[in-house]
Amino acid sequence: MTSIAPVPRLVEQFERGLDAPICLTWELTYACNLACVHCLSSSGKRDPRELSTAQCKAVIDELERMGVFYVNIGGGEPTIRPDFWELVDYATEHHVGVKFSTNGVRITPEVADRLAASDYVDVQISLDGATAEVNDAVRGPGSFDMAIRALENLANAGFADAKISVVVTRHNVGQLDDFTALADRYGATLRITRLRPSGRGADVWDELHPTAAQQVELYNWLVAKGDRVLTGDSFFHLAGLGAPGALAGLNMCGAGRVVCLIDPVGDVYACPFAIHDRFLAGNIVSDGSFDNVWKNSALFTQLRQPQSAGACGSCGHYDACRGGCMAAKFFTGLPLDGPDPECVEGYGAPALAAARDKPRPGADHSRGTPIMLTLQRPPAKPCNESPV
Amino acid sequence: MTAHTVGVAFDPTRTWRLHPQVAVRPEPFGALLYHFGTRKLSFLKNRTILAVVESLDEHPTVASALAAAGVDHDQEAPYLHALSVLVASNMLVRKETP
Repeated sequence: MTSIAPVPRLVEQFERGLDAPICLTWELTYACNLACVHCLSSSGKRDPRELSTAQCKAVIDELERMGVFYVNIGGGEPTIRPDFWELVDYATEHHVGVKFSTNGVRITPEVADRLAASDYVDVQISLDGATAEVNDAVRGPGSFDMAIRALENLANAGFADAKISVVVTRHNVGQLDDFTALADRYGATLRITRLRPSGRGADVWDELHPTAAQQVELYNWLVAKGDRVLTGDSFFHLAGLGAPGALAGLNMCGAGRVVCLIDPVGDVYACPFAIHDRFLAGNIVSDGSFDNVWKNSALFTQLRQPQSAGACGSCGHYDACRGGCMAAKFFTGLPLDGPDPECVEGYGAPALAAARDKPRPGADHSRGTPIMLTLQRPPAKPCNESPV
Repeated sequence: MTAHTVGVAFDPTRTWRLHPQVAVRPEPFGALLYHFGTRKLSFLKNRTILAVVESLDEHPTVASALAAAGVDHDQEAPYLHALSVLVASNMLVRKETP
């Protein structure tokens, strides 16, 4: 939108925080049928303290009161919660739009028909390779076919504009045009996001994150073709590679300011990539409400203050990248007031080469080895085997 | 997804209104608009444009809505431009004539 009166830039307004998030991510469960090597929530096993259906509905009531436009539901694999569709319907009936991320496991032709009938539900199918070989190396054998089947079912049902959600890695950054072609084939839109060293991603980030040359390639691709691709404002650390405004989006870190994460047990974190005590703002149950955590937590109050540029203060690109991603720095063991590990000026590389102490993720819900899809049967206990 | 086509020309001599799938959230700086059909977010950067947008459907023309919100004739240009941007992104649609 065009500016009308001389008001502070929107980015500056947003950095001071809003009374309610624009949108938030809500991981409904840590249970997952897959075991992706880079899972940012280290998902696998269900947490027995998971919020009940009634507690989830109370969260939705609160989001409606606060005027949150939509929630990004993820996990884990959210569709394997038995009350998933009930919660989706409850949210849309209460004017909270739903975007959910899935590996496709439950997107049958029947489910696709049902989704196609709603104007308030958006579906993101996760895919981390444009070929089975590249995808399955990260997401597990059979996961490519599962995602493609889901896309086919959605397209056949007439579901318009599903999203194909790709985490950009060293191995798929050369497939961006192939992903676009795949999206076109299913009437879908491509969404690409940055690989963060969060959760199990901490263990594979060194091998999987795009090289410096690939970051430039990615930036150029985004500038040339970015108007057709969604990024979730993910690549603001690359903004310094070109002219201001060349990269679409606000290009700011929204953590605790315009976005946040609610995890399956009701813990509220600054962003989806920051599941760690350091970024834990509170809990919607023990702190009374989500609204209270959002408005009054000490962490969010601190994040809404002007941030120190620290070691980046003298860099001419600081206005563009604002020091990069907090979570990427934290989980690679770099100081928060220094360069991003993927700093476009190259200041990240020597910082990574120096001695550093990488923090461990807050909790690990992994099941150990990747477990593939099996037929549905009731588990003997809630958390001792695959949830599917 | 919707009955309204995207890319309608902005004619300020007509009556406009918010698309039925657009949600408005007032903010200290103006307002946030979210379109559930296109899933696009827009920003209104002051409270005057918010008042204009919310009252468009009560006025026969855009000019009368602007005047009612206290926008002088020689101040209209940026508001007309902002409204045309909202029309282009389908946030505003023509009010159907009865």
